[in-house]
Amino acid sequence: MITLLLPSLLAGLCLALITGPLGTFVVWRKMSYFGDTLSHAALLGVAFGFLFHINLFYAILFITLILALGLIWLESQKQLPIDTLLGILAHSALSLGLVVISLMKDIRVDLMGYLFGDLLSVTFLDLYQIMVGVVFVGLILIWRWNHFLFITVSEDLAFSNGINVPLTKLILTILLALTIGLAMKFVGALIITSLLIIPAATAKYYANSPEKMAYFAILIGMLSVVGGLSFSAFYDTPTGPSVVLSNTLLFFMTLLIIKLVKSIKK
Amino acid sequence: MSQLISLNDITVAFNHQKIVSNVSFVVNTEQIVALLGPNGAGKSTLIKVVIGLIKPTAGTISRAADLTIGYVPQSITFNAALPITVKRFMQLNRQLCDAEIKQILAMVEADNLINDFMQQLSGGELQRILLAQALAKHPQLLVLDEPAQGVDVKGQILLYDLIAKARDEFKCGVLMVSHDLDLAMGSADNVICLNHAIYCEGSPKTVAKNPAFMALFNNLHKHLHQTNHKEQE
Repeated sequence: MITLLLPSLLAGLCLALITGPLGTFVVWRKMSYFGDTLSHAALLGVAFGFLFHINLFYAILFITLILALGLIWLESQKQLPIDTLLGILAHSALSLGLVVISLMKDIRVDLMGYLFGDLLSVTFLDLYQIMVGVVFVGLILIWRWNHFLFITVSEDLAFSNGINVPLTKLILTILLALTIGLAMKFVGALIITSLLIIPAATAKYYANSPEKMAYFAILIGMLSVVGGLSFSAFYDTPTGPSVVLSNTLLFFMTLLIIKLVKSIKK
Repeated sequence: MSQLISLNDITVAFNHQKIVSNVSFVVNTEQIVALLGPNGAGKSTLIKVVIGLIKPTAGTISRAADLTIGYVPQSITFNAALPITVKRFMQLNRQLCDAEIKQILAMVEADNLINDFMQQLSGGELQRILLAQALAKHPQLLVLDEPAQGVDVKGQILLYDLIAKARDEFKCGVLMVSHDLDLAMGSADNVICLNHAIYCEGSPKTVAKNPAFMALFNNLHKHLHQTNHKEQE
């Protein structure tokens, strides 16, 4: 049992290292819809991977990156509100992915696995790829942390302090796209965003600085991975939703604790 | 007194609509220039040209060599989910030690706020912190976009006092935008009235008597004479 679960567990713990801090930026910069769009596009990556016989991992990364860059370009055109654009792209990408997959008669794809994550499908090779990705994203995140934080507080102020705002935004978006691509296999296309948002939202209640919020988000993400995987293994529930629900549980427990602490203080 | 920045015939247009047209002025060291005008007059656009955020459609801008600009934006809204203290905010640009932060905050009479969250600050406190972060760079030119917006009258008086003090302390030039006349004009050496183009400019006293100024600020003009705190002090 343990050897079967070990790659998944390690993959989940590794991913929490970057979904935590990136999730805080998704919350601060109100990018959750953006994350949704990218993760829905990840399914399109799966479809193209099968269609052109490319390694799925690279196909997903490629498609999410292309879409992220496309979104930045569309946003700069200022023709339609960004949430409208995201809504169009998210569901079109998801639908296109589903239609393309269903058209490929000779390939049987476990759609549920890609939509909601598949516990047992994570291999040691996947784990290796995820680890390399996590180290890459994590290093850039640490290196550019202050710049990311500065443009989040105020883009104009960051600019007047010599920060290249468009470049910094681009790097942050690419990191987000990479993270979603990496997490796709583990948690599934439909619910990746919750893996970013819920730990960060929970961490907000414990943190008194941006950095502590990121650390707490990592910790909460890891706890949920362990909890969700265990539940998934014992009761044979889908992995992604189980991890998400662990996160949700921690979130509501936090709300309760905060409320209790407040009432005691009174 | 040397020249810090000079705008020559600056025009900014968006979608063929001129927001700012043929504006020229200079800011010298130890000089406070107030940019006045009604809402939508192109003041903020001009400020963004000065700090380099917007490229002018036509005209040139020349800055003194290695000019350090301290910029105070129009009020910033902080996301409620971002736990950031005044101290951490001051360290966004570069690592400042506690003593440096305290010294700068004391200069804007905000040293007691160092551990407060940015979201909890009142309008006046926030503007003073924004001023402090601009001063932390030891700027040669201080550029402020509506520094007194959302600040009560008492806070405004303090803010303009602090700006004048900063000018004396750092021997810097100041360019500030305002749509309220009375207080801004009190501390300024030079006033420029803008409504897409420059209507009039000069010392506060001469400008206040200028018919073009009176026409531009028809309603506000009366208000100016009733509440010119600075001149009474």
